Amino acid sequence: MSSRTASTALPRAIRRPALGRPRFGVHAFLVVAALFWLAPLLWTLYTSLRPYSETAEHGYVSLPRTLTFDNYTNAWTQADMPHYFLNSLLITVPAVLIVLFFAACVAFVVTRLSLRFNVAMLIVFVAANLLPPQVVLTPLYRMYLEIPLPTFLSENGKMYDSIVGLIAINIAFQLGFCTFVLSNYMKTIPQSLNDAARVDGAGVVRQFFGIILPLCRPALAALATLEFTFIYNDFLWAVVLIQSGAKRPITSALANLEGVFFTDNNLIAAGSMLAALPTLIVFALLQRHFISGLTLGASKG
Amino acid sequence: MSDAHRRPPTPFALPPLTRRSALRTGVAGLAAVYGLAGCGDDGDSGSSGADGGGGKASGTVSFGSNYSDPVPKKALQTVFDQFTTSSSVKVDVNTIDHNTFQEQINNYLQGTPDDVFTWFAGYRMQFFAERGLAGDISDVWEKIGGNFSDAFKDASTLDGKQYFVPFYNYPWAIFYRKSVWEKNGYEPAANLDDFKALLTKIKADGMTPIAFADKDGWPAMGTFDYINMRTNGYDFHKSLMAGEEAWDGPEVKSVFETWRELLPFHAEGSLGRTWQDAAQTLNKDSAMYLLGSFVGQQFEGQAFEDLDFFPFPEINSEHGQDAVEAPIDGFMMANSPKNEDAAKALLEYLGGAEAQNTYLKSDPNNVATNNQADTSGYNAIQNKANELISGAKQISQFLDRDTRPDFASTVMIPALQEFIKTPDDIDGLTKSIEEQKKTIFV
Amino acid sequence: MAVDAASEPKVTRIRRRKAARLTLRDRLAVILMLGVPLLFVVGLIWLPTLLSVVLSFTSWDGIGGIDTIEWVGTRNYQQIVEIYPPFWPAFRHNLYWLGFLALVPTTFGLLLAYLLDKKIRGTRVYQSIFFMPVVLSLAVIGFIWQLVYAPEQGLINNILGTTEQGNLIDWLGNPQLNLWAVLVATAWRHAGYIMVLYLAGLKSVDPALREAAAIDGASEWHAFRTVVFPAMKPINIVVLVVTVIEALRAFDIVYVINRGRNGLELLSILVTDNIIGEASRVGYGSALAVILLVIALVPIITFVARTFGDEW
Repeated sequence: MSSRTASTALPRAIRRPALGRPRFGVHAFLVVAALFWLAPLLWTLYTSLRPYSETAEHGYVSLPRTLTFDNYTNAWTQADMPHYFLNSLLITVPAVLIVLFFAACVAFVVTRLSLRFNVAMLIVFVAANLLPPQVVLTPLYRMYLEIPLPTFLSENGKMYDSIVGLIAINIAFQLGFCTFVLSNYMKTIPQSLNDAARVDGAGVVRQFFGIILPLCRPALAALATLEFTFIYNDFLWAVVLIQSGAKRPITSALANLEGVFFTDNNLIAAGSMLAALPTLIVFALLQRHFISGLTLGASKG
Repeated sequence: MSDAHRRPPTPFALPPLTRRSALRTGVAGLAAVYGLAGCGDDGDSGSSGADGGGGKASGTVSFGSNYSDPVPKKALQTVFDQFTTSSSVKVDVNTIDHNTFQEQINNYLQGTPDDVFTWFAGYRMQFFAERGLAGDISDVWEKIGGNFSDAFKDASTLDGKQYFVPFYNYPWAIFYRKSVWEKNGYEPAANLDDFKALLTKIKADGMTPIAFADKDGWPAMGTFDYINMRTNGYDFHKSLMAGEEAWDGPEVKSVFETWRELLPFHAEGSLGRTWQDAAQTLNKDSAMYLLGSFVGQQFEGQAFEDLDFFPFPEINSEHGQDAVEAPIDGFMMANSPKNEDAAKALLEYLGGAEAQNTYLKSDPNNVATNNQADTSGYNAIQNKANELISGAKQISQFLDRDTRPDFASTVMIPALQEFIKTPDDIDGLTKSIEEQKKTIFV
Repeated sequence: MAVDAASEPKVTRIRRRKAARLTLRDRLAVILMLGVPLLFVVGLIWLPTLLSVVLSFTSWDGIGGIDTIEWVGTRNYQQIVEIYPPFWPAFRHNLYWLGFLALVPTTFGLLLAYLLDKKIRGTRVYQSIFFMPVVLSLAVIGFIWQLVYAPEQGLINNILGTTEQGNLIDWLGNPQLNLWAVLVATAWRHAGYIMVLYLAGLKSVDPALREAAAIDGASEWHAFRTVVFPAMKPINIVVLVVTVIEALRAFDIVYVINRGRNGLELLSILVTDNIIGEASRVGYGSALAVILLVIALVPIITFVARTFGDEW
């Protein structure tokens, strides 16, 4: 990626006529677009801050008489949110760590060692990532019922209805994307580093942990933020593979707030905001990594 | 962006690769197939340890519950607390939200179900019992059977054995607010002609005659059921649900034709509305609503006292108003419960009058099934409902409980929604239902 | 920078090939490093996919063992195509989904990327705003937009004043409207995703090319059309594949809104309708899944061939 200094060196006068459009128009457009973009989110935030009694009486589109955080405290306690947040963490964090590790392993083998079926391997991984999840549902469910797990990993001894099972399927589905990105990235690491290490007597494992992995840190950071979001936001697997209400992650547990007979939209709005909070925080803090993660994957056509 | 790195051309040998991964896949596949074969044994073991009643119940029993709303959930917990006090058996409750619980029932029962779980009577129960996914609790019925009418026993039985303990039931009827009707001078109708006249009058007055909602797909089934039972009789309805009658025959077509005549009096935009929202319209815009008595949950205080109902009007004098649609909610035992004695003790308790009394104190929209239950605390609706159900000649369970679940959800829900959207092509619709029915009720 | 293999001196190449002979320990490491992840992907994805294909030729209610599975050949497929009412609507809807995503949010994302690529004030803030929906779960997005589209209480209807029975716009309940309403909600998310991809793509276009076009006096649009856009061919391929895959994967948002009925039918919904839930028509649902798979294989193969084709 070349730097942009070359373009700014040209005198502005020459570039101006080619641009034509006044800067003001662009700004106006962007501001309007940004406001439209924020509107739904702000609306939900607004709804979540209003007490149910008020919206029941005056409707949702009304000026506020009181604003309150009650819905948040209710959602937190009534829906037992801390518990579900913990579930989400228990699923997401190990999954992200393992996926990145596995992807790095595969990317390493495929890019560093000239084995004959490198490309085929990559295809196996990447194509798996692109399949629609529904294709896998029923056989996966039956398999999960059969595979035994030691009870310290899953209290009912099966992969079904276990957090381990959820972690496993998320790993499988995200492996392709991460492998693709990491293999692209690793290709840019000079082979000479490897050779030097090998000459020094370092085995494959040492080369991997000692040299390649540390060099991949930017890519790993980017992928970690992306994967955290993808796995945290998963909905389908939790619905299909978890049976006990208590083991669900936060995204599917939001349904608990919807009563069959009585739906409090303000409460659900607060619950949704709370559920979205971790990803929003991760995004705000690590935005750079997010974007570079996505573009790393795209940079090789 | 040009490739930063060019790989040396590798002599790519395709055949060895595919053979290798094919072998791997094949072995894994075989293993999985043997794994799937293991599933077969679970199905037909029936209930283990048939002589349940002998041991003393102790320990903990797990309970799968779809009572996810806060009010019923608390009420049920109170019942469990009482049970624990009297029997020292603990109840471990696993609550899943209502809709998901039902949707996942297949996976649930084949996976690791709780010892006792909430479910419904009717074919929906027999379907699973038939496939060996429910425990035989006939011995529990030997103790509690005397407190239930024959109708309830029938609804809990398959091939002479019982698999279900009834808890409460509730009737479907046409609900309205007394004050609104008094103000406008409306009177409940007992037959179709009077009913149509009433609807016309209400519409002329500027109100929506019948509130209507079918976003969830199942509420409209109540209308179908009643029109069918009133026009063709309970027996025809039962065999239609069992897949033994033609959907494109004249009987069913006449049901849809009657419904089409009544459709203009129903609220518009029903497919985007939930029944909760439709119930709310009874306060202002709509005159009446055909729904189960759980509609009462949407009303409080004065509004609740103001509710009343009348049974669906007669269409064919041969069948009068004999049949009542009154679904029964209750409990079943898993096929191989971890703690069978405790499970049966819990079921026995839940089938008793005390449990039902306790529960209904907090949930006053339903009616107990145990005939020893204390009805003195019943409100007006409960009393009327109780009368309606006990006086019914036949009781139906609701379309999605009376027929195969796959037929109800994949065929009937879309079909009824299609009818509400375009009521004119009755021939096409019924033909499509019949074709699909043939592929399911093989 | 990596060395072009062809230009490496012969000695180093031989040395590399010799050095590629691995020690036993290394060989073990490689087997594990490749084998364990492979087990996950093959065991949890490829194998079930294969089994789904097999199951699609059977009739099974998902209960009971293998002996209850009945082989029915292509009957499921026949029934799906001929008498399953939601199938063709779902198929059409997936096509509309694809068309809409490709035309609207993709081009809008491209436009946003182009505008934000210039160094204007606040570009970071704008990027954050437009990208934010991407980090939200689709279930949350479904709920947020239900608040916006609700018939009597929703934001849009109240702004437009269409909340009375009679002039009510039922965005989510009217089957003529709801697919497009949901597509707008999806576009809200998709545009940000595409914007970021194109931001990277634009950065990778050689600035010299753009200046050359500018000096030529070509209008910005002309420069974009003839120089910049074609130069982003790799990114365009990725964007296309991502859009197609997203269109085929569409599920969560529709499921959350109304379980995918009444105008919101999609192929993925039909699969889960028949497999999850009490219905449990496993063979039938698997046939639907295979149809979805076959359609998905087209972009997958295109992408794989394009990406790995030169290395084949």
